[in-house]
Amino acid sequence: MFKILGKSLSTGIVTTKYPEARPEVSSRSRGRPEIDWANWRDARSAAAVCPTGAIRFEDRDGRRAAKLDLASCIFCGLCAEVDKAIRMTNVCECAARRRENLETGAVYTLKTDGTHDQMVSGPTAGSSGATAAQRDSIEVLGDQIRQRSHKLFGRSLHIREVDAGSCNGCEIEIVNLTGPVYDIERFGMHFVASPRHADMLLVTGPVTRNMELALRKTLDAMPEPRLVVAVGACGCSGGMFGVNYATRGAVDQVIPVDVYIPGCPPNPYALLQGILLAISR
Amino acid sequence: MKIARELAPIIEEIQKRFHDRIEAVQAPRENEVYVQAGPEVVAGFTAHLSRQWRARIVSLFAEDARLTEKAFHLYYVFALDAAHGFIILRVPVPPENPAFTSLANALPGVNWQEREIQDLFGLKLIGHPNPRRCALHDDWPEVYPLRKDFDLRTVLPPFQGDRHKFRTVEGEGVFQVPVGPVHAGIIEPGHFLFSVAGEPVLYLQLRMFYVHKGTEKLFENVPVSHGVRLAESISGDSGFAHATAFCHAVERAAGVEAPPRGRFLRSVCLELERLYNHIADIGAICTDVAFVTAHMHCLRLKERLLRMNEELTGNRLLRGMACLGGVRFDFDGAQLRALAELIAGLRPEFESVVRLIEESSSTRDRLEGTGILKPQVARDLGVVGIAGRASGFDHDLRRDFPHAAYGELKIEVSVYQAGDVQHRMQVRIDEVRASLSLVEALIAKLPMGPIRVEVGELPPDAVALGYVEGWRGEIFHWVRTAPGNRLARCKIKDPSLQNWPALTEAILGNIIPDFPVVNKSFNLSYSGTDR
Repeated sequence: MFKILGKSLSTGIVTTKYPEARPEVSSRSRGRPEIDWANWRDARSAAAVCPTGAIRFEDRDGRRAAKLDLASCIFCGLCAEVDKAIRMTNVCECAARRRENLETGAVYTLKTDGTHDQMVSGPTAGSSGATAAQRDSIEVLGDQIRQRSHKLFGRSLHIREVDAGSCNGCEIEIVNLTGPVYDIERFGMHFVASPRHADMLLVTGPVTRNMELALRKTLDAMPEPRLVVAVGACGCSGGMFGVNYATRGAVDQVIPVDVYIPGCPPNPYALLQGILLAISR
Repeated sequence: MKIARELAPIIEEIQKRFHDRIEAVQAPRENEVYVQAGPEVVAGFTAHLSRQWRARIVSLFAEDARLTEKAFHLYYVFALDAAHGFIILRVPVPPENPAFTSLANALPGVNWQEREIQDLFGLKLIGHPNPRRCALHDDWPEVYPLRKDFDLRTVLPPFQGDRHKFRTVEGEGVFQVPVGPVHAGIIEPGHFLFSVAGEPVLYLQLRMFYVHKGTEKLFENVPVSHGVRLAESISGDSGFAHATAFCHAVERAAGVEAPPRGRFLRSVCLELERLYNHIADIGAICTDVAFVTAHMHCLRLKERLLRMNEELTGNRLLRGMACLGGVRFDFDGAQLRALAELIAGLRPEFESVVRLIEESSSTRDRLEGTGILKPQVARDLGVVGIAGRASGFDHDLRRDFPHAAYGELKIEVSVYQAGDVQHRMQVRIDEVRASLSLVEALIAKLPMGPIRVEVGELPPDAVALGYVEGWRGEIFHWVRTAPGNRLARCKIKDPSLQNWPALTEAILGNIIPDFPVVNKSFNLSYSGTDR
């Protein structure tokens, strides 16, 4: 008993000060890739080595629309090895409320040798489809909902985690949130055993055919209001697995998602940022 | 044809014994010998190899070769630990009579693997004691996903609800307790159905494959370089081990070997993966018997290891480090010094946590004699890895089939007979100590030179077995290459698939409240099993 206490006292406090302090990640850590859009001349080599299609392009009518999709990026850095216009940063906080906000794209004029030239438009993030007015009204509505959810969840949040098909990589990092270093309980947040006690569903994995029903039932068992957070490249986009005979792909193909946390797996800071974003803290 | 010294006499003896019934013998590599024979040979061959040479089946799988050879093929991979070699029996199955005879009555360890072949290839099992679906849930339509005429992107109707017909256990006072697939903790999905009378568990049934993701099929549809990244996602806690086993298989198929420094760095990373998982497990076992303080200390130590992984490889789980022909990133002097400092600092920290656990009598009381897997049962089921070593099976691929840089190190294998939770934890404690020393030895002996070689264009239609002793146990990847740097087949064998049935034995007579700690002491991968 005294030895246990003594050990705790001699260990001292190891908890991070995040989000007040910046994430303590190595300068070598591979986080969000950055493309020098204005000087990018050829999307082909990066797209060819990208294992998840996070970097992709479409050539049409002498134009090339190239895109970087953080939702499917596994931060492997292979693109940066073959393309000087791309560099890996160690920025891990990439969570977004909308899937399209994780996409950045630009349009170029296409040259006959397959490289591209002058940027025609971009880089743009999250503009697909909706008009500006529609976006504004969605944003206003979103803000109101967020303020309400902040009132509801501002002080305490109970989280239920569901692995809907993950490789267990995301779970390793989620478990770390409950440890002394990231200590999610200092935010008044707690992982609970039952969806009936939960305010937030944290979902990992490409949703497998075999887990789809269980995931829906878990969500149905949660009282409203509730939040859903998709975790990891697989949860955000289907990742390496995409849609196949055994998987349905991204979480939002099965249930509505409030926040997306990219990464493979997202590190604990990225997870905290995404969870805090979901409750506007 | 060159066969390894200790394996050659065995092959000779087999050829004499089965002479005209063996159609061909090939040894694409010294320690990997293929024997081709008809289906009538399988039972006798298996019995002889296991009795005479103490061989064990480490992987059993099929391949659809109807296009090229007008047959399905079954592969029985035998490991001969003492002879340091693999004998792979290859048996054709004609498409007009797609069936094969089960070995599960004699060798319960192949039960799930045989049923998986039945489910994914549509080869009907003859004489299996329990030939129900395993890899596909009951609701699945009649599809055979690993046949070549089945498209990976086939869209199936949504899941309707029938998973598995469980056996009913009846009697006065017998209750059924269903658990899962969504569990109370932050773990992977699977369904456990307990039958209990009072507190003790009478019978446990498992329903796995909730996270079946079509991984093996996916390997056939991506370039081999993308396959390395896919292999990292087979089982998250063994990402580096799986990716390295995959690279090992592809390298063997291509006839190249990673350079010395690359192999050393592979071993360093494998040991780092072992360290963070073992330390996390030791803590998790403690938390499952309510000694949370020890768990918190272990999570703290694990965090230091994960940050070191990030400092060395750019990713906390070592992702992105594996690559064909070696490893992707070299460690410079400063990184190696930081690693050496971490290891030196970790040793006393770890020992002090172990002392806390050992001195906690209430913890020991819960762990000793709990979840016993008897050595005989473990042998029958072919249980491997830490669980096997805690139940008397003296084996370790690092010693018996040296890969990466393990041939140049002395590997101490920790073996116990007790087979309870306490000893599955003790194996981990011993292995953490050994791992810390191994990393130091690897740093001290680290050769200079390149960290990877170019693998180049793969020869088409080559086969090879790759292997790695991951932290959980032995991992096997078997590949057949296809033209254009692609694969025609990739068979993944995670130790979890072999070990799950052991859990149903170890829990018998224990109480349900002890199930979490018994389960954690095995800590099997659901994703690695289901793929």
